[in-house]
Amino acid sequence: MIEINKVSKWYGDFQVLTDCSTSVAKGEVVVVCGPSGSGKSTLIKCVNGLEPFQSGSISVEGTSVGDAKTDLPKLRAKVGMVFQNFELFPHLSITENLCLAQEKVLGRSHAEAMEKGLKLLDRVGLKAQAAKFPGQLSGGQQQRVAIARALAMDPIAMLFDEPTSALDPEMVNEVLDVMVQLAKEGMTMMCVTHEMGFARKVANRVIFMDRGAIVEDAAKDDFFGQPRSERAQTFLSKILHH
Amino acid sequence: MSRFLGIDWQLIADNHEILLGGLQYSLTLTASSMAVGIVLGCLLALARLSSITPLRLFAAGYVNLFRSIPLVLVIFWFYFLLPFFGFKLGPDKSVFITFAIFEAAYYCEIIRAGIQSISKGQVGAAQALGLTYAQSMRYIILPQALRNMLPLLLTQTVVLFQDTSLVTIIGIKDFMGANVVVASNNGALKEMYTFAALAYFCVCFPLSMLLKKLHKRIAVIR
Repeated sequence: MIEINKVSKWYGDFQVLTDCSTSVAKGEVVVVCGPSGSGKSTLIKCVNGLEPFQSGSISVEGTSVGDAKTDLPKLRAKVGMVFQNFELFPHLSITENLCLAQEKVLGRSHAEAMEKGLKLLDRVGLKAQAAKFPGQLSGGQQQRVAIARALAMDPIAMLFDEPTSALDPEMVNEVLDVMVQLAKEGMTMMCVTHEMGFARKVANRVIFMDRGAIVEDAAKDDFFGQPRSERAQTFLSKILHH
Repeated sequence: MSRFLGIDWQLIADNHEILLGGLQYSLTLTASSMAVGIVLGCLLALARLSSITPLRLFAAGYVNLFRSIPLVLVIFWFYFLLPFFGFKLGPDKSVFITFAIFEAAYYCEIIRAGIQSISKGQVGAAQALGLTYAQSMRYIILPQALRNMLPLLLTQTVVLFQDTSLVTIIGIKDFMGANVVVASNNGALKEMYTFAALAYFCVCFPLSMLLKKLHKRIAVIR
């Protein structure tokens, strides 16, 4: 469903991505990990065109992301994205956050959008917060609303960019639980995360990145059992044993 | 005769019609040029932040031009010179246009700062949901930018209200103009000009204080 082929990206002279190639099949859950500054977030933002790239190609269900003729808003509407800092719209209530894009992008009626939004809000366990504003919710609650907001668009795939990195430790699990449930329902997911417990539980594959390149791209059991590259071994030993 | 603060209040009571009419003119001119000025300012701010170079250059030129010439000159220009080019607007229309396009340059800079204060993540989130550039500006970025900048926009409007007194020099009876008329008709220059100063102060000073408080409160909420 998502095909990434030899993608490279530069900020001026600095190369942030080097020949990255991988793919995510329908229903697959792929976890992207690696040290900070390794280009994980940049790569995942290239998938829905939030970050431009200079060479290589990415296609989502056959639509080329880098093509100047591609209707990017239309493509983005089909791919859900969840950000590290939630990025709920602070001037809109929770229900307005959930309904806005459904109405303005998909052209749903307000009643239809509300019904969908409230159903998803209930699913992430936050129905009682519908009338509040983002600032009145905890980080974990905001991130769950952000997931519901993305799901309201009926996405064909979901991108997660470090969804738990900005959360207090006690709120990490409530967000991971929603993600695990989503994975079990067969959602196609690409997740940048350091949560190796999550990766062990639901990932099909794990991609390890270092200095802008994909160093390892392996089935979950192979990655955790016997990572081939030395850098992945060091990384794993550092984050798993403490 | 009722005298207080060195002003003959009977004289003011006798002329309350023309004075109130003048005040109404000043307020109407302020409100209408604010409304049009903010809309123009929004468009200019978007142009200044646009990736399209000619648009950006035009907006930068516009803002720099109007911020570098005195307002009186612009008033004269529109009132005295436009008729030579075949536009006979009359004083009311010409000052309204003058203030709207002049203030737009100032509103533009405030709104631009407001837009730039919104985090890039908000733009990304709006785009990721499939909103177009225009939609993300309209529903996500501008509402937040204008809310954050509201105190500064209103402070600029208080300045605008004071500046509207300049229309007196082309003979318009705004509040200042009305005071000038009453003063010269009754030989009461000292009194009427003191009264005008007092009136402007009583409107503008409390408003400025109020806006300062509002600005602090919005900063805290953010």
